[in-house]
Amino acid sequence: MTADAGVTADVASRLTDFVAALRAHGVRVGTGETVDAARAVEALGLADRELLREGLAATLLHTTGQRQVFDPVFDLYFPHGVGGPEGEAADRDDLRDRLAAALTANDSAWMGRLAIEAVDGFGGYGSSPASDGWSSYQTLDRIRPQTLLARVRAEVRAQSGESGFADRLLDDEIRRRIEVFRALVAAEARRRVAERRGRDEIARRAVAPTADRVDFLYAGKDRLAELRRTVQPIARKLATRLAARRRRAARGSIDLRRTLRGSLSTGGVPMRPVLRRRRPVRPELVLLCDVSGSVSGFSDFTMLLVQALHDQFSKLRVFAFVNRIDEVTGLLEHGVADSEGLGARIRSEATLTGWHGSSDYGVALGEFAERYGDAVGPRTTVFVLGDARTNLSDPNLAAVRQIAGRARRVYWLNPEPRPQWGTGDSAAPAYAELVEMHECRTARQLGALIARLLPV
Amino acid sequence: MFTSVDDVSARLAETGYLASPAVATTVFLADRLGKPLLVEGPAGVGKTELAKAVAQVAQARLVRLQCYEGVDESRALYEWNHAKQLLRISAGRDETWDATRTDIFSEEFLLARPLLTAIRGDDPKVLLIDETDKADVEVEGLLLEVLSDFQVTVPELGTVTATRRPFVVLTSNATRELSEALRRRCLFLHIGFPEEELERRIVRMKVPGIDAALAESVVRVVGALRAMDLRKVPSVAETIDWARTLLALGADTLDEDIVRDTLGVLLKHQDDVLKAAAKLDLDAV
Ligand SMILES: Nc1ncnc2c1ncn2[C@@H]1O[C@H](COP(=O)(O)OP(=O)(O)OP(=O)(O)O)[C@@H](O)[C@H]1O
Ligand SMILES: [Mg+2]
Repeated sequence: MTADAGVTADVASRLTDFVAALRAHGVRVGTGETVDAARAVEALGLADRELLREGLAATLLHTTGQRQVFDPVFDLYFPHGVGGPEGEAADRDDLRDRLAAALTANDSAWMGRLAIEAVDGFGGYGSSPASDGWSSYQTLDRIRPQTLLARVRAEVRAQSGESGFADRLLDDEIRRRIEVFRALVAAEARRRVAERRGRDEIARRAVAPTADRVDFLYAGKDRLAELRRTVQPIARKLATRLAARRRRAARGSIDLRRTLRGSLSTGGVPMRPVLRRRRPVRPELVLLCDVSGSVSGFSDFTMLLVQALHDQFSKLRVFAFVNRIDEVTGLLEHGVADSEGLGARIRSEATLTGWHGSSDYGVALGEFAERYGDAVGPRTTVFVLGDARTNLSDPNLAAVRQIAGRARRVYWLNPEPRPQWGTGDSAAPAYAELVEMHECRTARQLGALIARLLPV
Repeated sequence: MFTSVDDVSARLAETGYLASPAVATTVFLADRLGKPLLVEGPAGVGKTELAKAVAQVAQARLVRLQCYEGVDESRALYEWNHAKQLLRISAGRDETWDATRTDIFSEEFLLARPLLTAIRGDDPKVLLIDETDKADVEVEGLLLEVLSDFQVTVPELGTVTATRRPFVVLTSNATRELSEALRRRCLFLHIGFPEEELERRIVRMKVPGIDAALAESVVRVVGALRAMDLRKVPSVAETIDWARTLLALGADTLDEDIVRDTLGVLLKHQDDVLKAAAKLDLDAV
């Protein structure tokens, strides 16, 4: 594009929509940045898509974390091409042969072209040829790139000979290349769907959000790791807010009686209002955490967060359960330094399961009331963390009633979306009648809930 | 300054800096749009080096403000040379105080610090504000002021406005979030670890004499370490150090012994060394 052509109306509106989609994902983009982005497009031209990508990122983003929202949205608004590839529909074996060659060469541009072909040939579902949709899952299920590992390994070795020491790294390297291909397929499927259903709609739904907005229950391993790294910053913010609330509360309200008594010396005119001072009592906190596989991302994260806030409590005890309950307060001491290992350590060192491995809220809560009942007193706030899925066994409401009776407050944080409470084996509605239950699906919601619910 | 993104890459390469497409594009835009460039990324990926390379390409003077905890206006902007002022006062006994005062608050007694230096004079300059995240928040206000108008007011002298704006590079390791206001002034560039191919080229450029196959193995091992869950993964600087070490030891290929013996060049924590050794199937370290 020549500089004097300026930014055409079409590109300008594309850019505005793109910025709107970024904003919808929590990236704060101001007008100034949008103007800069337009100037960047003008300076760089549209011919090279990767330059355009970097140019827009440089002008529109302000932090590293925003990049992973940016890239998929960019792919939707500035796609490689439109429609499907030209030519014959691909034959599966032939496509796999070429994919093996591309993986061997570690050529990501080539892999990108194959991803387009793969989605076109194997990702469509519904009444072909005018397919109703495009699925990356279906594409990958048909192409099975992970099964090419052995073949690619053999080809790499055949081509470059034994590479000595580094040879032992080969398998992991190939796995990473396959991951790249999978991501390319996902991006292409999103693009094809967007073409059909309107970009704006897809951008809203289909792009991975920033870490603090990811659903705990759907976060993959890497997103969870990323989320754990945000524990400290979130905790710092929360601590400041809690301290501020505590200061405000301690300032207290006007003590009418003492104000009037003071006013006797000024002839009954209340000159100096006396504030009622409240002694700040730090709360005692007990966490009961379901750490069964289905919700472990959520409870691990919450434990870490609360642990990082430990200064805010006079006493903090943490219990983990699956179908037996055990205290894990001690295991948390080192939890923050080694956050990834925490879940594993809890599951290996605490006694959490009896003679079967699936969660049983009734038995676990009953055991808590019985063995650790004195951990809960009139100053204690109890948080129960879990999805309340009991595997159809008795929810033991009596135990919950007993805990609620002794505690100052009991809150239940449930990582499942509210509409799913009570479906299948969820005992959520029954528990929610006894204690206050909140939906808590993301780190952002969790932060807000803790700041609100924690007593001062 | 540059005619195209390719021109940026080519000319940076002449100075010994190999830019990724993202780096070249952003440098090109910073020059075109006349905006400061905020470069963030882990230690040792070439943030500081980039500013130096740009200065060399532009045949500009590099003015560097190294930030640290406690850096303040008198270190960043300007300061009066009190000792010299005192000398001048005691030397000029017969003058009126007014005359003395006018004299001691003149150019001659001003110590310009990097921010002022960078906006004075007509020669081309690159202003490097290094490790911005180490400075206190108040300094950010100062930077914001200077980077908005490129002018500085010295009450006794008046306002100095840049006749020629410097090319500004701010670097940060993100140990602290810089303020939103400052970020908005800048183009943003994250430099991460380079792609394998680029890192190979960097190694071969920085360590002349290294065999191509060895360079490749070096980069592959470093890549594997970066994929591990370590306290501190090796950066480009460590890759280069390791390659130099291997060359110095006369190794022309990698084997278990040499990797085991030199792992400490790449990894700074003993527990990382142990973990990596286990994952790389090295015998006990
Ligand atoms: N793209 C590159 N081309 C050439 N050399 C590079 C490149 N990237 C890094 N290096 C080399 O890596 C070393 C470290 O770079 P530099 O000191 O600029 O890192 P940094 O990002 O500023 O680190 P820190 O955050 O610790 O200040 C330098 O010796 C530099 O020559
Ligand atoms: Mg540096």
